[in-house]
Amino acid sequence: MSALAHQSAEGSGADLIRLTAADLAAKLASGEVSSVEATRAHLDRIAAVDAEIHAFLHVSDHALDVAAEIDRRRAAGDTLGPLAGGPLAIKDVLVTTDMPSTSGSRILEGYLSPFDATVVSRSRAAGLVPLGKTNMDEFAMGSSTEHSAYGPTHNPWDLDRIPGGSGGGSAAAVAAFEAPLALGSDTGGSIRQPAHVTGTVGLKPTYGGVSRYGAIALASSLDQVGPVTRTVLDAGLLHDVIGGHDPQDSTSLTDVWPSFADAAREGARGDVLRGLRVGVVKELPDSGFQPGVAASFRAALATMAAHGAEIVEISAPHFEFGVAAYYLILPAEASSNLAKFDSVRFGMRVTPPGTATVEDVMAATREAGFGDEVKRRIILGTYALSAGYYDAYYGSAQKVRTLIQRDFDTAFAQVDVIATPSAPTTAFRFGEKIDDPMQMYLNDVTTIPANLAGVPGISIPSGVAEEDGLPVGIQFLAAARQDARLYRVGAALEALLVDSWGGPLLDRAPVRGGVA
Amino acid sequence: MSEITPDLVRHLGVLSRIQLSDDEVERLTGQLDVIVDNIAKVSQVATPDVPATSHPIPLQNVYRPDQIGETLTLAQALQNAPDAADGRFRVTAILGEEQ
Repeated sequence: MSALAHQSAEGSGADLIRLTAADLAAKLASGEVSSVEATRAHLDRIAAVDAEIHAFLHVSDHALDVAAEIDRRRAAGDTLGPLAGGPLAIKDVLVTTDMPSTSGSRILEGYLSPFDATVVSRSRAAGLVPLGKTNMDEFAMGSSTEHSAYGPTHNPWDLDRIPGGSGGGSAAAVAAFEAPLALGSDTGGSIRQPAHVTGTVGLKPTYGGVSRYGAIALASSLDQVGPVTRTVLDAGLLHDVIGGHDPQDSTSLTDVWPSFADAAREGARGDVLRGLRVGVVKELPDSGFQPGVAASFRAALATMAAHGAEIVEISAPHFEFGVAAYYLILPAEASSNLAKFDSVRFGMRVTPPGTATVEDVMAATREAGFGDEVKRRIILGTYALSAGYYDAYYGSAQKVRTLIQRDFDTAFAQVDVIATPSAPTTAFRFGEKIDDPMQMYLNDVTTIPANLAGVPGISIPSGVAEEDGLPVGIQFLAAARQDARLYRVGAALEALLVDSWGGPLLDRAPVRGGVA
Repeated sequence: MSEITPDLVRHLGVLSRIQLSDDEVERLTGQLDVIVDNIAKVSQVATPDVPATSHPIPLQNVYRPDQIGETLTLAQALQNAPDAADGRFRVTAILGEEQ
């Protein structure tokens, strides 16, 4: 409650950082605020709070120049995109020509990409102003950012707790008002679980809906880039910028997508919950969740039901095998993708003393350059793919993938969306699960099925857990290519919940950086 | 119990080109044992009649027109190299002494 009292701070900078991206865009378009002012306000905010949050691995030294150029173009009457002039944080897994890209790994320290990821070049073309690169678990392997080679990010709600992972930096940056928008990537929940624990919004698009070109690959059949924001509308606006077919990514879908921002606006003002069939998975019983997480989930469902949604119990019998299948498929693909770090073309090189062959150099480099979790998964993936084990492990995991897809097909014949709590618990404390990898992996139980099946998923804040006062998210899943439905449903529930809270959930987070 | 042994982990380290320390081998042996025990359950439901899925959204072969596009310059290709000489990546000996 004292947090609320502290927020009556003066000053346009403090006001600017709390605006949604959509509201900031309106002020930029009308000329009330310049991009330089908005960018400076966020850089000031980063300077004030990032020592304790550590959301950023690198802050751009020319963001103000980029912002000034947008202001100049606006003054000259150029046609600019809806988000032009707004600041953007970029997960370090996405390569950029003007800032280092490390994917949270020591082995790529200082790496400067000769090209931009497609989502980055599209963001630049839309007039967004890159503020910097955000922290993450090394090569996106983790649920806490504790596996970052550069130290963890701290949750703005409680600095002793994890911000989720792997995209904890992007989520914390948005939650701490260091950026209104961020890019993330989601291989098994790395956008949605950080959103859940930080009280923010994150969406994993349909596989192939957003280009993976220039996203440093973890598991190519699971990875998907998506938006990280404070509101559903902001996510839709950013998704509209980054989405759509990219010839540079051979898995990119050629679909023509509707405007996701329009879908969010329709959800917020319309009556989209009336008659909506919402599936609740009986194999994910409340007993599998922290009591406050389950209670928040049930309350959100009750709100939806009160506005005409029909809550339907569905069965997804193979979801319980999702974590097992995922932790075979992901390490297998990762062990192959990370073979490129061979100390020849880029990255660290460690030469052992004496006469060393190139293989010795490779092994010494990878030993020194990779962290524990990365080594663990490479070794596991190599095991899963080795002769004699392939059929039992990798082959079986691919069959489970088929079974989970069938579970979704059956479910979506009965319901329009599936709802689950976004993760089993609220933000846990640093160190709580770091020594028990399997416990860490089980944290992904609700998010993994979407990646295995390629379907889209969104996490939006549903409230706080009564026992610890920490944020909780509700996840919605839709059939492949139905991303727009998630924006409609997410925005509809968001509008009802924010109304019932009397303001955004993040208003309840402690104020960081002294006077905000 | 699975069959993860220190020797197997050491061998996987060789295959993965990671020079694991003895401490790491010991730690990984225990951790992988737990993980493999947990994930081996995939074989319970993976019956022969279930087809495998390698890719979530099936696509036909994807081709592009065979046109010359932009390529990296030599300087760009080498800009991140740990070592380079004469416009090439420089590496240590690729063959052992006995070869």
